[in-house]
Amino acid sequence: MAIATATEDEAVASPTRAKVSDFLTRNAELVITPAALLLFGLGLALLLSNVELDFTETRQLNWDTTSRRIWETVELAAASTVLVLLIAIPAGILLTRPGVRKVTPAVLSSASIGQAIPAYGLFILFFAWMGQGFWTAVWALTVFSILPVLRNTMIGVEQVDAAVIEAGRGMGMTKLQALVRIELPLAVPVILAGVRTALVINVGMATLAFLVGGGGLGETIFSGIQLSRNLTVVVGAATVAILALGIDWIAAIAERVLRPKGLRGRTSPTDTANPI
Amino acid sequence: MAEPDQTTEESGGGDAGGPDVVAAGAGTAHGSDEIMIELQEVTKRYPGSNEDAIESLTLQVPKGEILVLVGPSGCGKSTALRLINRMIEPTSGHIIFDGEDVTTVDADHLRRRIGYVIQQIGLFPHRTIADNIATVPRLSGWDKQRTDARVDELLETVGMDPSMYRDRYPNELSGGQAQRIGVARALGADPLVMLMDEPFGAIDPITRDRLQNEFLRLQQELRKTIVFVTHDIDEAIKMGDRIAILGERSRIAQFDTPERILAAPANDFVEDFIGSGATLQGLSLERVRDVQLNTDYPVVRHDVGVTEAQRVLETSSEDWLLVLDDDDRPARWVTLDHLDRTDKRLIENGRKVTALAEPEDTLRDALEEMLLSNAGATVAIDGRGKYHGVIELETLMNVLQRMRREAKAHYARHAEPDTDDTSVDA
Ligand SMILES: Nc1ncnc2c1ncn2[C@@H]1O[C@H](COP(=O)(O)OP(=O)(O)OP(=O)(O)O)[C@@H](O)[C@H]1O
Ligand SMILES: [Mg+2]
Repeated sequence: MAIATATEDEAVASPTRAKVSDFLTRNAELVITPAALLLFGLGLALLLSNVELDFTETRQLNWDTTSRRIWETVELAAASTVLVLLIAIPAGILLTRPGVRKVTPAVLSSASIGQAIPAYGLFILFFAWMGQGFWTAVWALTVFSILPVLRNTMIGVEQVDAAVIEAGRGMGMTKLQALVRIELPLAVPVILAGVRTALVINVGMATLAFLVGGGGLGETIFSGIQLSRNLTVVVGAATVAILALGIDWIAAIAERVLRPKGLRGRTSPTDTANPI
Repeated sequence: MAEPDQTTEESGGGDAGGPDVVAAGAGTAHGSDEIMIELQEVTKRYPGSNEDAIESLTLQVPKGEILVLVGPSGCGKSTALRLINRMIEPTSGHIIFDGEDVTTVDADHLRRRIGYVIQQIGLFPHRTIADNIATVPRLSGWDKQRTDARVDELLETVGMDPSMYRDRYPNELSGGQAQRIGVARALGADPLVMLMDEPFGAIDPITRDRLQNEFLRLQQELRKTIVFVTHDIDEAIKMGDRIAILGERSRIAQFDTPERILAAPANDFVEDFIGSGATLQGLSLERVRDVQLNTDYPVVRHDVGVTEAQRVLETSSEDWLLVLDDDDRPARWVTLDHLDRTDKRLIENGRKVTALAEPEDTLRDALEEMLLSNAGATVAIDGRGKYHGVIELETLMNVLQRMRREAKAHYARHAEPDTDDTSVDA
């Protein structure tokens, strides 16, 4: 009893503190992630400045090369994610329309094939078809990561409360108006969760782009393996990890900002709808 | 999509029993004779179902009236509303809206002219309350100023402070508040017709009663044509100018004014549906000003003296004497006992008169007063509080008998009430 009372008193006494700590617990990942990444990055930099690098290591790990490869990785991930958005969102919407529903299972299963093939195999397939280059890698990544966005778009649109749509249509919204003003905004949180997943997949898988001459941090790792320079492998892999987590962090913030206001601060079934 | 296949274009109002009964109600309700909504032998079977949701429903709603559809769960009430604004298409039959067959007009434009309150409320969770209410005005191309003014007006109308609620989101409202916003949203562009599917369903009885009253007051001014769905017979009686009691597959069990349905239920189904409270409900439809008061009751002014009071009471058959004050307002109830035992002045003797009824009160109010009163009678007063007459149990019995008699006479004149014993009693 006494303890409970004391706690209550404290809560009343410092509402601001309670609020701040409440905010931090709810948004912990948003604060902790960048801090941890920063520490990790600094540690890596410190390590590199303190060890003696031989010639091959210097060639792989100097800042000019590393920053160029980071940038290539970002470009690969960004381009493939944009392609995924351009293809998967309209397709996902289309597949929820009544007339098209019949082909939905077929489309979904062929999209899962994209993910079922090992990423390595996909790169080889696209290499055989398109030859070397940046865009070969981009298309391979696109096919590999299209499923989460496609599926989340469909789930997002389908989970919209039928009563809300009926209300809109019943007040005279056309089908298109109901889609644009009701269904899509309400599907945004689920779609974004899918996009975030695709983005992370693309950053990670972009390390395979070197296979088809697409550049990226994969080159650092691969050369480390080939020339058996463990430090190079570790630094390359760590950089990829930092990059992936950093991009995921940005996506998490985007998810919160883009989520329609009336849906914030509420636990909705959509939060658990990410199929990956 | 469905081509109507059986109904003739003509509707003289003379086929079978249905239209007869519909036309027969016209005397008492508020509306004009002009028909706003008409369903002609409408049948609806949902795709994939092997039973009709609605089977050959025929009814008319005159302009400016509230028609209440009441019936058990699953009898097709919501389906009937969806048919009227073409959310779904009838399998057969015609729906005439303001003189036009609804299948000939653009569905989206039709719906903007019809306020629609759906059963599940269906507020847009990602839009503010103001944006929700502004839906139809915006679809209809109103400018911002007019829309904003309208939003505030409607929030006031449903009893919610605009400055407080305008910018909130639906998930910040209680269930009852959400329902009110649902009604406000349907009133958005001031439609002539409203379809309301259990608009006050999720509200506690007290708030519900208040909202119903507010809505009826509003309706006095707005005179909209309303189809109102409920499964609560009390609500139906309160809100309806006319009530359609629906049985399975929306077969009409009775279609009439609340008064006549209560006084003369068409069959066992209706009787079961309105339940044992029907008599009391009937009393709440009649007002004190409309009844024959007992004016032979023993009454004296307080200054006539005790002897005169005794004489008046002895010559009457009643036990209680009503004493009026200087302004002819009811003051005391006294018995012979009171008069014999004390020598108090008349104005202080006996018991205070507590049970009073004004002309606008309902007979149900009068009955409640009566049950609580000392003398077993309610005193009717006029607007200024002067004595008008006395309401006794007998007075109420007479009213009930008259209502039954009138309803019977009405049905004798207009053939049988529209019933379908085969479908309903089964
Ligand atoms: N979209 C639909 N598809 C198939 N059947 C339906 C559909 N909507 C309703 N029904 C069926 O039609 C019948 C009538 O349903 P409706 O919703 O009109 O009933 P209701 O009178 O409004 O009931 P309640 O009082 O419970 O709201 C029910 O048997 C229901 O199962
Ligand atoms: Mg219903």
